[in-house]
Amino acid sequence: MDTASLIFYLLAALLVIASLLVVFLRNVVHCAMALVSALLLIAVLFVTLQAPMVGVLQVMVYAGAIMVLFLFVIMLLNPAALERQRGLWWGFGAMLALMLAGVLVPLVMTNDLPADPVAATELFGSPEMLAKSLFSDFVLPFEIASVLLLVAIIGAVVLAKREN
Amino acid sequence: MIVDLAIITLKAVLVVGMVLNLAGILGWIERKGSALIQDRIGANRASIFGFAGKGLVNTLIADPLKFLFKEDFIPPTGDRFLHTLAPCMALFPALVTFAVIPFGDVLNIGERSINLQVANLNIGILYVFAMGSLGVYGIVIGAWASNNKFSMLGGVRGSAQMISYEIAMGLSVMGVLMVYGTLELQDIARSQGALIRDLMPSWLRFLSPIVGWLPAWGIFLQPLAFLLFFTAAVAETKRIPFDLPEGESELVAGYHVEYSGGKFLMFFAGEFAEVVTVAGLVTTLFFGGWQVPYLLRDGFHFPWGGTWLLPHVFIVLLQVAAFTVKLIFFCWLQILLRWSVPRFRYDQVMRLGWKMLLPLALLNVVATAIWILAAQ
Repeated sequence: MDTASLIFYLLAALLVIASLLVVFLRNVVHCAMALVSALLLIAVLFVTLQAPMVGVLQVMVYAGAIMVLFLFVIMLLNPAALERQRGLWWGFGAMLALMLAGVLVPLVMTNDLPADPVAATELFGSPEMLAKSLFSDFVLPFEIASVLLLVAIIGAVVLAKREN
Repeated sequence: MIVDLAIITLKAVLVVGMVLNLAGILGWIERKGSALIQDRIGANRASIFGFAGKGLVNTLIADPLKFLFKEDFIPPTGDRFLHTLAPCMALFPALVTFAVIPFGDVLNIGERSINLQVANLNIGILYVFAMGSLGVYGIVIGAWASNNKFSMLGGVRGSAQMISYEIAMGLSVMGVLMVYGTLELQDIARSQGALIRDLMPSWLRFLSPIVGWLPAWGIFLQPLAFLLFFTAAVAETKRIPFDLPEGESELVAGYHVEYSGGKFLMFFAGEFAEVVTVAGLVTTLFFGGWQVPYLLRDGFHFPWGGTWLLPHVFIVLLQVAAFTVKLIFFCWLQILLRWSVPRFRYDQVMRLGWKMLLPLALLNVVATAIWILAAQ
């Protein structure tokens, strides 16, 4: 086994452990921190796949902003009150997981995956290429997504105002 | 191969050592400087055989030793594991951010050319923001793991403040990135070696005799961005006037109220390392980084004519020295700020961030875009 795949398997194993910890830890803040470490590991995985831009954006957006808001909410609510919730959610979650497995397992089992990963060019994953594809080929979805976000922000402001 | 590895390791050790040592020296500057400002004597309680070294023995030897030998107290109702992890999470981002900040141009030794920067990433500035956004975990987790109401309040304030100012900071840098057209900090530093008259569009040539001789530093091209970035970056370091997460008079010490000994020292060192990083960023983005005005690769080329050629090693040394001087100047400026302005109220901090810095940063981005289009 060469170094690259060794690093990959090491990262993947750590990632699986971190993801399992997210599910099985009892304390909500511990779960959140496990999720942060899983997100950071995914970022490292992107960096090893010659896409540092995506990796850094992963850290910035998910670990740096979204998870901080998660923690913020967890800290403002009482985590102890959230700790023991079982029953219906277990069944629902298990069903979803089985459905996801049903989609993923046949995909992984097939043999027609590319044997060799495509060699990454100098520009692959660079800010220039990302910006070019975002603002030329995918400009319409990009703008639609930004309108969607704007609607969400305005909605949040309206909801927050109504309570006063 | 081995030599390359050795060079990279040496650069990394050099930069981390520089940040940590400068953080220590800043502790001395802060204590002696604050004493000077407040008309006290300051740090004069320790000496070795009567040698106090203007308080250096006190702040660089006695204080750290005392921190390390103190009892490491963990609140019994707190979370042992996260309480220990939090100071590491506070110190780590502050130490690694400096990796992308260049401290000199390329040094040529024989066949080998060494880029005086630890990591040459084409996404440089994004890496800075990614690491900066991780800094908030040290505060939030430290506050939560202490299981103390004052800590908790400090942690909640800290996370809200850091998220708010990250946005203003990111947007204020946009103008600089647009002007220099790159995310890579070494390229940004290199572009600042040009003169303003080289960048002027033809319809502005008449201004050339007045401002054309200035180097194309960020401060001259993006003065508003500098003010916004510096303010937001100081807010990110959580020091006065933005020390709401600590708020000594309200929250005792905020998020690190339950920390003692070595762990407190780590929070403390992390804060000073952040000061050093902010100084490094301001230097690189707005004050030419390692550039010395008119010093090109082979020597000085003055805009009024006349050249002064210098040997390569001497030029590189001059550049590194210029970077260090600028770095220390901005560290000192931040300490001066911390001891000369009163603290904001919490609502004032939020209003400044969202209602002043953010709209001004957006305005700067739009104005820069219009300028770039007009200059084409």
